[in-house]
Formats: sequence, C-alpha cells, structure tokens
Amino acid sequence: MGMTMAEKVLERAGGKAPVRAGQYITAKPDLVFMGDGLADVYTILQEANVGSIWDASKVVSLMDHAVPSPTIGLAEKYKTIRTAVRELGIATAYGERVGICHQALPEKGHVIPGEFILGLDSHSTTHGAFGAASTAIGYTEMAYVLKTGALWVRVPETIKFNILGELSPRVMSKDVLLHIAGRYSVEVAQYKAIEFTGPTARGMSVAGRMTMSNMGVELGAKFAFFEADEKTLAFLRQRTQRPVGLFGADADARYESVHEVDVSALEPQVSLPHRVDNVAPISAIGNIKIDQAFLGSCTNARTEDLEVAAGILEGRHIHRDVRMLVIPASWEVYTEAMRKGLMEIFIRAGALIGTPGCGPCCGTHQGILAGGERCIGSHNRNFKGRMGSNDAEVYLASPATVAASAIEGCIADPRTY
Amino acid sequence: MGLVMDGRVWVFGDHINTDLMCPGAYQWGTWEEIRPHVLEACNPRFPKEVGPGDVIIAGRNFGCGSSREKAPKNLKHLGIRCVVAESFGRLFFRNCIAIGLPILPCGNVASRFETGDRARIDVEQAVVENCTRGLRLTAEPLSREMIDTLREGGIIALLRK
Repeated sequence: MGMTMAEKVLERAGGKAPVRAGQYITAKPDLVFMGDGLADVYTILQEANVGSIWDASKVVSLMDHAVPSPTIGLAEKYKTIRTAVRELGIATAYGERVGICHQALPEKGHVIPGEFILGLDSHSTTHGAFGAASTAIGYTEMAYVLKTGALWVRVPETIKFNILGELSPRVMSKDVLLHIAGRYSVEVAQYKAIEFTGPTARGMSVAGRMTMSNMGVELGAKFAFFEADEKTLAFLRQRTQRPVGLFGADADARYESVHEVDVSALEPQVSLPHRVDNVAPISAIGNIKIDQAFLGSCTNARTEDLEVAAGILEGRHIHRDVRMLVIPASWEVYTEAMRKGLMEIFIRAGALIGTPGCGPCCGTHQGILAGGERCIGSHNRNFKGRMGSNDAEVYLASPATVAASAIEGCIADPRTY
Repeated sequence: MGLVMDGRVWVFGDHINTDLMCPGAYQWGTWEEIRPHVLEACNPRFPKEVGPGDVIIAGRNFGCGSSREKAPKNLKHLGIRCVVAESFGRLFFRNCIAIGLPILPCGNVASRFETGDRARIDVEQAVVENCTRGLRLTAEPLSREMIDTLREGGIIALLRK
C-alpha cells in the first residue's frame, strides 16, 4: 500500500518505523522557526530552568508581527528576542530585516521538500507549497522541542483536492481556496493533511501555491501539501546549497476522501464576516462600501500579487473615502517591487506603504479598524474583532479584487479592469 | 493534578476562535488590560462573572484560528478548570494539554447543557455528566501521554525534571 506525503515525511522524521494515518508517534523536526513568539518561548525555557537547546543550527529566528514596535510592551518583547538569540546561540537570526516568516523561510532557502518543519504561527502550513510537512505548535510545546528535539504527533489522514479547469483572467489561487472553504467548510480538514493536486494545482506558480497552503489552516489542516515538482526545485535551487529533490505521494496512497474541484467557471470569491467559509461569488455581492483596502500578509503579498494589483491601479486613483495599505510580504518582495516600478504605482494611486511584516492582519500593527468600519483584505481571517473593533467588518478576497475595490470604494469585480 | 472536576457551566457555540479569547489589540497588554475582553464578543457576561472552578462546554471547532497560546492561558487565568467541546482547533487542543488545562472532546455535548448548569467531568475516564439535568455522556478518551502531561500540570513541570 502506498503512502501519502504526510505519512512519508513522518515515517522518516519518526525514525523509519512504518507509520499509518491515525498512529501517534514521536517525530524529530528538521527545522524549527520562530517569529515574535521566541520571546515567550525563551521566558518558558527560563521558567523551566532550561539553559541550552538541542540543536541551535536547526533554529531560525526573526521578527515580523509588529516591526518596528508600536508599544513599549512589544519593544520589550523584541528586546527579549535579541537576548534569546544571543543566549541560545541561534546563528540564523534575521531580526526585523527580512519580512514575514512564511515568506522569508523559503526565500532564504530553509524549506526543503519532504522535511518536517515546526513553527509558532498557525500559517506555518504555507511551506506545504514546497512539499514540506510544516505546521505550528504553541510556545510551551516549542520550549519542549527546543530542549528535546522531538514532539508527539498524530499521523494525519489526508484528503485530496483534485483541481481541474483553467482559471479565468483576474481569478487567482486565493479565489480557488475561498471557493473550497465555502463549499467544504472550515472543518473539512480538521486534524488532517491536505494534498492539493490536479492539472490546475500543477499549473499554479510557486506564489499561487503558497497562498493555498497558507490558508490550508483555515480549512483546519495540520499540513497542506503541493507536490514538489520542477517549478518548486527551480525556486529553491537558487536559494539553498542543500540537495533538493522531487517529492510527492505514492500513486496508490490511501486518502480519507478525494474531492474534484472544477474552477473553469469560477468567479472571484469574497469571504464575508465573520467566518472564512462564509463565501459568496463577486456577482452575488451587492453594494458594500469599504473604508480600508489591505494588500498584505503571508497569504497574498508576494511580487506576483503586487503585480496583479498594480496592473489594476496603474494610472488610476484610490477612492477618496478609502485608505489603502500596501505591505510587501518581505524585504525581497519589496526590493523586487521597487525594481519593477510597482511601489511607485501604489504611491501615485494614493496607497500607504508599510514595512514588510504582518501589519493589521492580526490586529497588532498599523491599520487597526474603528467601530463600524469595513475592510477588504488579501489576508486570511475575517474573525470578529481580529483587526480592531468588535464592530468592524472584514472581507477577504484576492489581490485583484482588493485593488478593484480600492478604486471603486466598494467591493468590486476585478474582471472589469 | 486531579482530573475529576465539578463546576458551573458556560456554554458556547461552534467555531469560537482564539482571537475571541485573546483579541489581537490587547494580546500584548497586561492581564488587567486583556481580562475584560476574553470571550467578551461572544458573551459580555462571561469575563465579568466567570469564576474559579467554572467549566466551558462548547460546540464544534472550539479554539480554531491563530496559534496564540494566550487564548487557553487566558481561560486558565480566569479560573476555567476544564474545556469540553464537540471538536477543537488542533493548535488549541495541543496548547491546552501543554499548559495543563484539562480538555475533552465529546460529541453532541453543547446541546445537553445550558449556562449555569453544573457539570461533573472525569477526563481520564472520558465521562461528562450534566448534574443539573441528570445526563451522562461518553467522551473521546485522551492518549496516555496527554493524561500524564495533564497530571503533571503541563509541560513546564516535565521540562523541569
């Protein structure tokens, strides 16, 4: 009997004894990465009198959720991270000079297909786009992993989404993911792994795949894989000296369920407040005025996303009642967008530009919403109160839909641009 | 830590996410700043009236969303003794075990309780009882390792060993 991608990774990380879905094993991560949570993890290590860690060479540290710090509390946190990096001997520490962890990790060549990766941020599933089994754990468990180099894991069942059909112009991988959420719910992959496959998945760019794996966690998933193919390897080979190879499931792997998703007639999708699976096609959205348009986050702020948005905004002005925030996902994306002239397009259109990082997505940095305000964003969660006031509303959509909406002042169809 | 508890119940619905337990705008503030906002958006009475020994009974996907460990820690600091739900977000589930907050998955539990009822929960035996209504439900048992971690009061105690 063949194996899924999750089973293959966990069998190796668990020490090579055969594994099957449903089994509890102890697995050793190939890499752990920590954003701002390292401050909390370090505090826990001190509380538990742990002075040294299992393997500092397998640890990556950076700062991303609120750089530069907006409050004294967060400034203290970043100070603690600098101390932790020094005291624990973490050599790979990018500080605030890199961007959001999920964008920076593959850019800096830390993601290898088939490896087992643990992060602190729920969107750690992003690295499944490169064929890695990547997921998040909490601070206390991370402290345990840092001391012992191992963690209990339940080998997950896998569900497969076989994606077929050609996407229409201005319809993006974000729309595919939102459509899947709307059709199958935010619980469809609870405690499970996902494999996104089929001709449309294979045809997607690396950036497009990252968006879907990133939001795999919004479907409840532990891992959200794409096969590592030639496109994956072309991206990674320029960034790492380590060997990288093709990686996928066996042809006769066992899946809990397989879903066919035909996207050939798919319209741009919008997720309405206050749940990610509250999804409607753009044609069913009435006149919804917006106060803020956010192009940013680990979900959709890569160069390709900024290019799509800039293509719509070029030579146009953002609606006078809307503030648009553009926050590139990383320093590399920011530099590339500068070189391509995208930042100038955003500035001329009237957008506010933020330092690469998480921005207002999780309600901790610039762009918090007031009561009664509405925001459309390219990010990943529209939970009540997440971006500020409990009385604000958040809508999720693709970068194209965010750009079109910024121009019109209400949620708008990008296909008319 | 004993894993049999008896407490006053707070009932919550489906898909209660960790942002609701720990809103981003307050999450790096002091405990005094965050306390009034824990689950406030779901039930404004909860942060005002919750007391030590109370338990939460909830629907599906409790604790979905962000990995923030402060979400279960806030519940623990408010005195919540145990969380029983029909299913959990996986990160919330792991975090509860890690910080020593007893947790138990139990199908169809939310409709069997009302806020203010008394529950008796045996985590190790995986039994949930509504003492007010005289109902007894069988829950899904936790693994041995999870039970042992909870008995120690969480992972920090294990790390100190």
